[in-house]
Amino acid sequence: MMDTVLDVLSWIFLLGGAIFLLVGAIGALRFPDFYTRLHAVSVCDTMGAGLVLVGLMLQGGLSLVTVKLLLMFYFMMFTGPTAVHALAEAAMQSKLKPVVDEREP
Amino acid sequence: MSELLGHFNYWIVIILMMTGFYIVIARPNLIKKIIGLFIFQTSVFILFISMAKIEGGTAPIIEEGISVYSNPLPHVLILTAIVVSLATTALGLALVVRIREAYGTINEDDIHVQDEED
Amino acid sequence: MEHLVDIVLLGLLMITGFAIVRMRSLLAAAMLTSIYSLLSASLFVVLDAVDVALTEAAIGAGISTILLLATVALTTDEEKAPRHTPLLPLVVVIATGAALIYGTLDMPHYGDPAAPIHQYVAPTYLHDTPGVIGVPNVVTSVLASYRGYDTLGEVTVIFTAGVGVMVLLGYRLRRCNITGPGIRNLIVLRVIAKLFFPLILLFALYVLLHGDYGPGGGFQAGVVFATGFILYALAFGLGNAQRLIPRKLLRIMVAVGMLIYAAVGIESMLLGGKFLEYRVLADDPVTGQRLGIMLIELGVGIAVASVVLIIYYAFVSRHCQAPEDM
Repeated sequence: MMDTVLDVLSWIFLLGGAIFLLVGAIGALRFPDFYTRLHAVSVCDTMGAGLVLVGLMLQGGLSLVTVKLLLMFYFMMFTGPTAVHALAEAAMQSKLKPVVDEREP
Repeated sequence: MSELLGHFNYWIVIILMMTGFYIVIARPNLIKKIIGLFIFQTSVFILFISMAKIEGGTAPIIEEGISVYSNPLPHVLILTAIVVSLATTALGLALVVRIREAYGTINEDDIHVQDEED
Repeated sequence: MEHLVDIVLLGLLMITGFAIVRMRSLLAAAMLTSIYSLLSASLFVVLDAVDVALTEAAIGAGISTILLLATVALTTDEEKAPRHTPLLPLVVVIATGAALIYGTLDMPHYGDPAAPIHQYVAPTYLHDTPGVIGVPNVVTSVLASYRGYDTLGEVTVIFTAGVGVMVLLGYRLRRCNITGPGIRNLIVLRVIAKLFFPLILLFALYVLLHGDYGPGGGFQAGVVFATGFILYALAFGLGNAQRLIPRKLLRIMVAVGMLIYAAVGIESMLLGGKFLEYRVLADDPVTGQRLGIMLIELGVGIAVASVVLIIYYAFVSRHCQAPEDM
């Protein structure tokens, strides 16, 4: 019984992560300029990869694997946003202007 | 069907290999040539590792209760080959940097033209 | 299920390969090469080669990409269209590919346990490793013990590459004055780099020492170790990184790494064994094997880390030279 609940729960997390990854990928392809694309992609490594890792942790149970996955989760939460921040900063620095909607609201 | 799946890995690897080969012989840009070599190398790695795989086997780390392991020998060969690939790539790129400083270009056609002028 | 993952990854590899052919921007091609490498590392995990996957991810996707990007930065980003029509190369490539595919038809099927490759040496290694060498990871035992000579040669290749790059790109350079990358607001990057720098070095030690039990070993650990310093150089500037780990020290460490390896061989000869015969190193043969493997992995790790850093320094500090030297 307990196993089934854990399985279902971990599948929900895994599928949720997959959906976020898919949304991020579609955003990266469809959004108009660099900054919005970056915004879409940043969803991938926080929510997408994060949920997948949580799903895998539920599969792993109380073991060394889960500890390693937790460490990965911790690293992802730091490195992803930092990389996106550095990219955006570098783009700003090289004078890449964001596309702005000029029309009156 | 089994004939198709049985050699599928090898065929894709050969296509990848030829992609790298094409870049090396058809593109005049030296950095692109090194990228082509890199693709070729990596596809050779995949060929070797595909041969090492045994159906239903697992990674060759001895564990209680597991009897089928994939062949560790190609793994060792390729592990060291990857390190050698780093060495060749680094040396090739260093040469590219020097060629650029000497000729002002990394385009093979332009370099030939300059050599003929001398 | 495994086949499905295999086919999807191979398909993605093919798409990436074709994209690299079509890409005119060298910067984009370099990044695609990194993706190609990462995809093949994932494929190696599916094909049970975990040690190889770790190496490919660290070297192919990591260090090689950094070197490619450094070269693109030193030369040019645009690729001119080729002068000749690619007809002849296309014919050559298709003919070669067809010949190779014809050659595969005689090969045993993928995953066939009865293939000749699985009959000869490998079963011996798999059978003897727990008793004779005493480490669970067969790849480590073959790499470091059964084929110790090969690995010594491999380290020599790396050593030669380091020397070659030094000769080509100049060793006696002025101290590099670059204080940091061209990003104004570095505070986030620097805090994270400071936080992760010790953790990366710790992870490198884990990979080195855990190589007997799981995927890992000297080569991977050396590269991860160097990556830590490269991150430091990216966030704090090359000048600061060189103050932290100067070139002179690296030059000595390369030699020390190789010497540790060779000295283990000499030591086993002095104790009455053959060159690199570890079982004479301790009273108990298995302990001797483990001790020998640990020592040579340490030597490999030191040598690889130093060479990677020397190559990185050589490429990046090429920017710092005065124009008249060029």
